[in-house]
Amino acid sequence: MKLGFLVDLNLCMGCKGCEIACKVENEVPLSTWRLRVKYIDLGTFPDTRRSFTPLRCNHCENAPCERICPVSALHYLENGIVNVDSARCIGCAGCMMACPYGAIYMDPETNTADKCTYCAHRIESGMMPACVVACPVEANIFGDLDDDHSNISLYIMEHKGAVQVRKPEKHTTPTHFYVGGGNQTLNPLAHQRIEGYNLFNDITHLDHVGDPHHGIIDRFLAPFAGHEKVDNTSLIESATTEESHEQEGGH
Amino acid sequence: MVESTINATQAVVTLDVPIQGIVWGSIITVNMWAKSIGTGVVFLAAFLWFRHSKDDMPNLRWTMPIIAFVALNVFLLFTLIDLHQPYRMINIFLHPHWTSSITVGAWLASIFLGIITLLMVIGVADAFPSLGGKKNKLAAIARNNSGLYEKIMPFLVFLAIPVTTYTAIIMAQSSARELWQAPTEVMQMIWAALMAGSAALIFISDAWSKEARKDLALVLTFSVFFSFAMYMSEYFFSFKSAEAETVLAYVHSGGAYNIEFWFGMTLGFIIPFFLGMSYMKSENMTLLKFAALSALVGLFFVKDVWLKIPQMLPLS
Repeated sequence: MKLGFLVDLNLCMGCKGCEIACKVENEVPLSTWRLRVKYIDLGTFPDTRRSFTPLRCNHCENAPCERICPVSALHYLENGIVNVDSARCIGCAGCMMACPYGAIYMDPETNTADKCTYCAHRIESGMMPACVVACPVEANIFGDLDDDHSNISLYIMEHKGAVQVRKPEKHTTPTHFYVGGGNQTLNPLAHQRIEGYNLFNDITHLDHVGDPHHGIIDRFLAPFAGHEKVDNTSLIESATTEESHEQEGGH
Repeated sequence: MVESTINATQAVVTLDVPIQGIVWGSIITVNMWAKSIGTGVVFLAAFLWFRHSKDDMPNLRWTMPIIAFVALNVFLLFTLIDLHQPYRMINIFLHPHWTSSITVGAWLASIFLGIITLLMVIGVADAFPSLGGKKNKLAAIARNNSGLYEKIMPFLVFLAIPVTTYTAIIMAQSSARELWQAPTEVMQMIWAALMAGSAALIFISDAWSKEARKDLALVLTFSVFFSFAMYMSEYFFSFKSAEAETVLAYVHSGGAYNIEFWFGMTLGFIIPFFLGMSYMKSENMTLLKFAALSALVGLFFVKDVWLKIPQMLPLS
């Protein structure tokens, strides 16, 4: 069995239902995303259109994150899912440096690496991933790539020539495919990020990597002294008081 | 005019999450910088002992392992404090994943530090016969096995090569950062070790022979020259991929990282090169020490820029 994902970008309407479902299902903390939908505006007014691209872990067959992980916290399941064991992760962030898709983040609650697991816990119980269930237009197609009669295999065969993966030049062999994508939607260097062009401006970003309540010293003392419980409320509070991790020169 | 109205040239992100930013920051720079010193002094000591008699560098036998010991402990300390779960560092030894260069590097560096510690104990015990008195068993054992130092040294030099270069392999495995995906990284690590090693030893070379000091100056001058040439090649010519090109174009366009890069280049490479050259003629130790200090400071800044800039690109 080799599980895979296909997103038909012609169907996606950018409702972000998948993003929310993922957040809720996996209790993904604020400031971090296992799955996100990116909006890109193309053209110049009045000849414009907007494209939506759901982005998640590509569960590569040749995963750089699995290769660089020093303790096998990132590992393959038998069904091809690249899973993450947060109890083993040492938080070196090597996987974040290795993933060409920026799909891995440092969980601010556990101080370990985390990412989309194709909802491995739901798969185990015979359920579909939360994002697939939530999608109102069935743009997310999930199934067994080894099974010629699965929905995803049939969809790939039906759209032969139009099926793409992100960054094929990296030779990571993703099991996550797109139909209806273009260079502007799948190549992060083909579109610009211009100040003031966002749909929402003056957004307060929780700009940190890892737990903002854990400075370097705290990380060492935490097992003995305990520490303040970190939840979404405290993360919001910290956003207004903490300096950004970039200003601190790292973590 | 028409070119600005078509989709192909106008694609703007209007809603997305913020870019993750710099994850491996200055802590990792210190880590690499300190490792360069720790392995560099081993290379230089081997080179000097090969070229000169031990009497030309009377304190090298015990100072080299002390410098390496301190530098490697700084390196390991900064490795540890960069981890979000520092106590789980032990998992690298309990659950090693051998495809990871982080794992291989941690094991090699630990073995390397163990051997350096052994050499330090022997070297210090030999250099200070009265240290610890006659009852000190450790000093006595060290003195009785003094010959072990010279037997181990070739193995240590051999081990210093992978310990120096494994960071380049980590960078090669960091496939999201294409600027680091370069064969030049391995050579840069070796040049950095030679730079940092010669610079560190210059500070303890007051009592050395002139010829030995000239060799130190020569290694420093050569290594800063070739390292500078390689950085310049990468900076101006190495447009090997769209991502690397974007990163370099960002630095070329100015800003804080451009200033830090050229500050580092001037301090770390250009100034030490000319000071090193002038030492060959003048034999002025003050100039040479200034060259060494300048090289060490400049190397830090250049490594810092090269580490951070690829992390500023959006990956998806």
